[in-house]
Amino acid sequence: MQKVLTGNQSAAWGAMCAKAQVVSAYPITPQTTIIEELADIVAKGLLDAKFIKVESEHSAMAGCIGAQAAGARTFTATSSQGLALMHELLHWAALARLPVVMANVNRAMAPGWSIWTDQNDSLAQRDTGWLQFYCESNQEVLDTTIQAYKIAEAVNLPVMLILDAFFLSHTYEAVDIPGQEATSKYLPPYKPSIYLNVDDPHAFGGIVPQDIYMEFRYKMQLAMDEALIAADKADDDFKAMFGRGYGVVEEYRLDGADYVLVTSGTVTSTTRTVIDDLQEKGHSVGLLKMKMLRPFPAEKVRKILSGRKRVAVLDRNISVGMGGVWSQEIRSVMYHLPEDQRPPIYDYIVGLGGRDVTPEFIEEIALDLEKRPVKDCDQVWIGLKE
Amino acid sequence: MAAPYTKYLRMNRIPHMWCPGCGIGIIVKALTRAFDALEWSPDDLALISGIGCTSRAPGYMNMHTLHTTHGRAISFATGVKFARPNKHVVVISGDGDASAIGGNHLIHACRRNIDMTLVIVNNFIYGMTGGQYSPTTPVGARAATSPWGNIDIPFNIAELAKGAGASYVARGHVGSGVQLERLIRGGLDHKGFSVIEVLSNCHTQYGRRNRLADPIDLIDHIAKSTVNIRKAAKMSDGDMEGKYFVGLIHKDENRREYCKGYEQVIERAQMSK
Repeated sequence: MQKVLTGNQSAAWGAMCAKAQVVSAYPITPQTTIIEELADIVAKGLLDAKFIKVESEHSAMAGCIGAQAAGARTFTATSSQGLALMHELLHWAALARLPVVMANVNRAMAPGWSIWTDQNDSLAQRDTGWLQFYCESNQEVLDTTIQAYKIAEAVNLPVMLILDAFFLSHTYEAVDIPGQEATSKYLPPYKPSIYLNVDDPHAFGGIVPQDIYMEFRYKMQLAMDEALIAADKADDDFKAMFGRGYGVVEEYRLDGADYVLVTSGTVTSTTRTVIDDLQEKGHSVGLLKMKMLRPFPAEKVRKILSGRKRVAVLDRNISVGMGGVWSQEIRSVMYHLPEDQRPPIYDYIVGLGGRDVTPEFIEEIALDLEKRPVKDCDQVWIGLKE
Repeated sequence: MAAPYTKYLRMNRIPHMWCPGCGIGIIVKALTRAFDALEWSPDDLALISGIGCTSRAPGYMNMHTLHTTHGRAISFATGVKFARPNKHVVVISGDGDASAIGGNHLIHACRRNIDMTLVIVNNFIYGMTGGQYSPTTPVGARAATSPWGNIDIPFNIAELAKGAGASYVARGHVGSGVQLERLIRGGLDHKGFSVIEVLSNCHTQYGRRNRLADPIDLIDHIAKSTVNIRKAAKMSDGDMEGKYFVGLIHKDENRREYCKGYEQVIERAQMSK
């Protein structure tokens, strides 16, 4: 079934297809229409779920944790300040190994107050133990929501899928809704091995002494390693069943390209058109789309980028005092390669606080990349006002 | 000639972002008139807010202003008051901001009885985010998140504040600006934690979903659902069903103010050296 949906509605319909059983949420712009759509979906009887509207994002995640620990499939959505307020419980969900799924709408942090997009809110949660997927289109939002449950439940870790404020959250596209029967086949009902069950009692959140705490963390790391495989499998299976796949990274017109632009989120779509134009004009430049931040697809990135002339990472975020987060991650995994295989990696800061990243900006980056001295590859700010 | 209270407004920030007919304008005016009546200088005033339509007020007001995070305005304000105990600290907040996400800070500020004034604009809904039900939405009312009627039992904010220890508690409404100004002025002038709950209209988000889409109709509806506290004392519980009493609800001038208590304990500690 095709429907015209916003990115936010796509996330809600994804949760519906995945048959989330408990939705616990709090309103925040620009996420709110996700939970409104779900409230409506639940009220209409299209989804057999309990909808809890709580008194803060902290409580929203607590509600999901409680419900998930009780054996239910859960969903919530938030953005920016709300995600920051949830921080304590993001750790909690991950460390309790509860496969909660959440949509986060990328919105810049305050002050100054902004409701427009950048990635600092979700990237600041990089180390909480959540898997993170950055989406490019409304269809990808819906499909990733469904895939998220498949991956989360395979490795017992929570998954955050991420969409850009307004560029995706509030714009409409034709979206294909997978049939309920096929979705149920792809994603069977949630059957946790451990949950709060009177016939098989368990306790969550006990005290862990020094002699075993590290092992819990190690197991999480192993689960993240497994998630690399689970994410690929979830995508392959999805493609086999519904004809659409995305990959945790995507190569776009990269064959033989000397120069590579690396993007995430909606900047990717704009960059595709720029790459088409530049290749037409004879430039040897291609695109690498990063979808997954955690676990970091290190092997894939190394394989794709090794031996290229130069790489430009477009970071719609800034770790102040260091640089863009994606570029740091990519440099870090490329460091082990032999020197002749290791291209210089340039860090371009773009589009903070929702500033438009236009094709002109991206072309400027691609051309700048070809001639900028290597010693100046750190933090190149694009489109900055005097 | 500009009205005397315009000195409390950043006139270059006007027109404001509130919907035409929004009650927040009436409340801001009552607040500025109260400042003017007390002859308080904008230099001595700090206005602090959290998130929501109401919390946009400091952007339009010409004094020291802090527009902070959702629910935490009272915590920021407590910091301001402690750093500058001689300044007048005022918090302006909505029902969602003050009683949901910030409910914990609300009751603890009441308990401490710190000298500041909190104006809570209660319009029964989360307006800015698009009309989700809040802790004051009446049972049965429709909201974006309760399309078939709200089942949560609402807070009585004024009674909550009184119970938690606020030493000045009043309730006014946007249908009576003169009374509202008097209640706010009383709170500003009171040494201790003052809470003024103001019943207000969000015809855009609340009214449209509850057959009160016209601002005048909604303000009229609010006015008709209020009873003066002196009259309310003579009414039966049955007659008060669904009504809100308005006026000065509680005033206790003997409860110790927090900054004062803090000074005293410092004095005691230093005397024992």
